[in-house]
Amino acid sequence: MTPLTTSALPSPVPAASLTTTSEPPRLRTDKLTAMYGKSTAVSGVTLGFPANQVHALIGPSGCGKSTFLRCLNRTHELSDGGWITGRVLLDEEDVYDARVSAMVLRRRIGMVFQRPTPFPTMSVYDNVAAGLRAGVRLRRGETDEIVERALRQAALWDEVKDRLRGSAMALSGGQQQRLCIARTIAPAPEVVLLDEPTSALDPQGTQRIEEVVVELKGDFTIVIVTHNMQQAARTSDTTTFFYLGTMVETGATRQIFTAPRNEQTEAYITGRFG
Amino acid sequence: MASTVTTPAGRARGTLRASLAEQRGSRGDLVFRAVLTIAAAAVPALLAVLLMELVRGSELAISRFGLRFITDSIWDPVAERFGAWPLLAGTLLSSLLALCIAVPLSLGVAIYLTEFAPRAVRQPVAFVIQLLAAIPSVVYGLWGIFVLIPLLRTTLFPLLRGALGFLPLFQGPIYGPSMLTAGIILAIMVMPYIISVSREVLLAVPGSQREAALGLGATRWEAVRTAILPYARSGLIGAVILGLGRALGETMAVTMVIGNRNDVSASLFAPGYTMAAAIANEFSEAVKDIHLSALAYVALLLFVVTVLVNAGARLLIWRVARGAGAGSGAL
Ligand SMILES: Nc1ncnc2c1ncn2[C@@H]1O[C@H](COP(=O)(O)OP(=O)(O)O)[C@@H](O)[C@H]1O
Ligand SMILES: [Mg+2]
Repeated sequence: MTPLTTSALPSPVPAASLTTTSEPPRLRTDKLTAMYGKSTAVSGVTLGFPANQVHALIGPSGCGKSTFLRCLNRTHELSDGGWITGRVLLDEEDVYDARVSAMVLRRRIGMVFQRPTPFPTMSVYDNVAAGLRAGVRLRRGETDEIVERALRQAALWDEVKDRLRGSAMALSGGQQQRLCIARTIAPAPEVVLLDEPTSALDPQGTQRIEEVVVELKGDFTIVIVTHNMQQAARTSDTTTFFYLGTMVETGATRQIFTAPRNEQTEAYITGRFG
Repeated sequence: MASTVTTPAGRARGTLRASLAEQRGSRGDLVFRAVLTIAAAAVPALLAVLLMELVRGSELAISRFGLRFITDSIWDPVAERFGAWPLLAGTLLSSLLALCIAVPLSLGVAIYLTEFAPRAVRQPVAFVIQLLAAIPSVVYGLWGIFVLIPLLRTTLFPLLRGALGFLPLFQGPIYGPSMLTAGIILAIMVMPYIISVSREVLLAVPGSQREAALGLGATRWEAVRTAILPYARSGLIGAVILGLGRALGETMAVTMVIGNRNDVSASLFAPGYTMAAAIANEFSEAVKDIHLSALAYVALLLFVVTVLVNAGARLLIWRVARGAGAGSGAL
């Protein structure tokens, strides 16, 4: 595991922060509060994401799911007035430490957005290769291998293998979104964040993405925001319910959907609001 | 009285009349439409008339010199020999120089203003740059004579000759007024246009493109290079073409600093001439028919060059935009 900071010292694991599981979660937040200028979008969220699982974030629109997700790979700070308090730890290393490069971090925590965002002037192949570092000289064959593997993992290879040099814009919306997934996983991040990746897609496109997400957890830790309860139930291992910028309840997906402990969670899941 | 009694029939007639009024309203529409159509048609018509006038005015010169006019270098009103090669070359060269200087600088400023500058300075700086475009060109010319030329003659030009003097481009005596001076003043004059348009084009790039690149771990500059510039490229080419169009036709400031010598020299320090400057300088003094006709021929040439350059540019933008379909909307 490459350390985020230049100094290779491993940060000591605070004993108290360990959850009940034996292993610390791959990614966790500690009293994370996210602000836009003076207004609070997320307040005091402490949450852990164990490795190789799919973690769903649900909650009504505007409750801070996207903002929370964007804090995890430090894209929140690109928004106007975006700042945080609290901590985000990747492998117990504080990603907001002054010595941490946001660029290096984002290569370890990849992100897929709500709408497909292929680079329109690039071919399918170049899109997938876009995140591979120019600095790391790859042999031609190596790049080919990485691109093919990423496209296979995103279940897109069979559909595009004959038009890798064609424009990415010629693909359907669902294909474009899987292309974006391939682009995100090509540089081999450890965590993949997905922000409502299917909200712009038709049912078939949605189903393919859900299948891909479940497949990917073998290699990645996945955090997926969704407003679709069935999607959370179908794809995730844990589910966290957000409401008005706070975390209301978190637990195993089965438990959240069958026996929520919190009234608000129950009301949301049974469709009584949101 | 019977006529004042409103019968159902009368009311019906009344309604009929109302609808006639409505029809008159739509006749108003027709008139409005006709006016607009005429206005729109006037532009190409004007262009056609202009072209015809130019051809008619230059008939004498065309019949006397033919296409040799373009390649001939002698411009001698006394001997009645006219060739426009130095003017043509001067126009193209000074504009090319201007673009070489202005394009990198303008793109740099536009990228800085949209991607890197602190939010508080973006709008004010953009506004000041737009103001620069409103300064009359004769003012630029005067500034060129009184400030720029003395400055260049004592600083940049000797420096260039010292450093790059092995190139023919930077050899020969330094007078001050020169092809390079004209290129520099043109660059300064077209930069506001190129910056303003490129800035608009860059602002039109969706934030999701930027985020997608940054989300992959790109640095700011890598995001600009891999996502933003490619997305905006056809619009940016458009901005450059706009600048080129301005540079080709600019007259006053160039006349004041280029030295107005009808000569093609390898050295950028040597004075030159442009088509627009020659027309402006000589038209009021020309008495002979053939001299006037030669100047009209020069104007025709300038017209053709401008049209060709713009057509070529359109073609370029079209080819770049095809498949990408992005950024061209800002044109
Ligand atoms: N760029 C922004 N500037 C200011 N406020 C924002 C911005 N983006 C989101 N917000 C606010 O933050 C809150 C959470 O938004 P968001 O994280 O997008 O919610 P969700 O993804 O759950 O729908 C909302 O109240 C929203 O208005
Ligand atoms: Mg959202």
